[in-house]
Amino acid sequence: MTTILAVPPSLDDVSIEQVLTPLAALAPDAKLLVDARHARWASPFALCSLLVLAQTRAVRPQFIAPEGDETASYWARTGFFKQAERFYEPVRPLPRSRAGDSHVLLPVTEIGAHGDVQEVVQRVQDRAATIMHDVLGFPASSAMGFSMVLSESCQNIVEHAGTSGWVAVQTYQWRKRLGRKVVVIAVCDAGLGFRRSYEQSHGRPASDRWDDGAALELAILKGASRFRDPGRGQGLPNIRKYMGRWGAKLSVRSGTARLAVVPAWDDEPPLTEHLAEFPGAQVQIVIPAQVPD
Amino acid sequence: MLAHVALDVRAALSRAECDLYSNLVTRATGRAVRSQLELLLGELAGRRLAVLDFSRVGVLDFSCADEIVAQLLLRHGAGRVRETPAEQPACWFVCRGLHEAHLEALDPVLEHHELALVVETTDGTARIAGVACDDERAAWRLVHETGGGDCATLAAHASRDADGLAPWLAQLAARRLVVDAQDGYWPLRLA
Repeated sequence: MTTILAVPPSLDDVSIEQVLTPLAALAPDAKLLVDARHARWASPFALCSLLVLAQTRAVRPQFIAPEGDETASYWARTGFFKQAERFYEPVRPLPRSRAGDSHVLLPVTEIGAHGDVQEVVQRVQDRAATIMHDVLGFPASSAMGFSMVLSESCQNIVEHAGTSGWVAVQTYQWRKRLGRKVVVIAVCDAGLGFRRSYEQSHGRPASDRWDDGAALELAILKGASRFRDPGRGQGLPNIRKYMGRWGAKLSVRSGTARLAVVPAWDDEPPLTEHLAEFPGAQVQIVIPAQVPD
Repeated sequence: MLAHVALDVRAALSRAECDLYSNLVTRATGRAVRSQLELLLGELAGRRLAVLDFSRVGVLDFSCADEIVAQLLLRHGAGRVRETPAEQPACWFVCRGLHEAHLEALDPVLEHHELALVVETTDGTARIAGVACDDERAAWRLVHETGGGDCATLAAHASRDADGLAPWLAQLAARRLVVDAQDGYWPLRLA
């Protein structure tokens, strides 16, 4: 029997749970059909998460692309279909992208090694000033900060996941939630996740509370790392500092928990627990346009 | 006094990885670049002043700042408050050609390790980056601005008590933020 996972019309970091919740109850070799026919919009986080979903399955899931021409064309331009071909069995041929898209600052790109991070930073570097200054209204000098945040986010895959993952950067008008332009960085992998990565080196901490939420707090708020070298573990806490400076939001989902560094414009709880189990770690950074004085 | 070693970090990146890249990102890159720099440092014996030139570097991320700068300082016993004498031959470090964005990566890494380092930004301004108390910074500015001298001369220049200044000068020397010689304390000159 094939289980059908229906992709909701608007797929983002919250609504993706509608896909992940039924998935968690299935055996790894269960047959799946990911049905995106009715999808109208998807965030880069959601697109990368759909790739992670397929990567974790023992049997390649089937996939139906969005029916709407505009949506299908956009998903193609994000580079999603190009990556999806390797992990899904498309029920129908997947649309091809014929042109680039100014909203796609970095198409969905696989990260498996340090060289991939170097390539991504090199690729985005020229556009980083445009992103931060022209799109978001920050001083042009903040472009390097953007590249640093992108680099450190991607390195988590290489350093901790034990498998490859994906990064994507897009910009769009976030009418519903913010009424401003945003640039979104999504970095997702199907690897060990924060809790297991930490346990592999340090064992289970002697604490009453040790779960995915505690592991996320340890890594993001306290800078703990699975590596014993005292120089390690600085990436995410330093990313956090930029979030404060830019009024940006960082959220990291791993296992059954999601931890968010929440700016004033958002009302997500800092820690969401008891989510459906999902492998690896999924990071989303939302940088909103500055409000003019 | 000190043999100068000019270390072009971008050139080290080219040798370590690829001459198409100008960005210092990822730990692996940082380790490879540090290895190149240590090879060059090893070619010169005795007391050395290593000048790490970042002027041709694009992005510097936290991982590379840690692997290159912090690890070089730690491995050569520089920048940290020490309770035991450093190994010889000693090496002093200065970073030059740093953009503000480079310092955004470097400062938190130095703070994490409780290190301090003399840096020169692209506009030619020199300062201490990282962890140093106000007394250390004031003593360092005094040495830097006067061009150095013995404790009594420096104290007189600043209208300060020599006994009060002496421990801070000794501390700067121990952290290799100035050079100590028989005739006094001298700034790390880049020329």
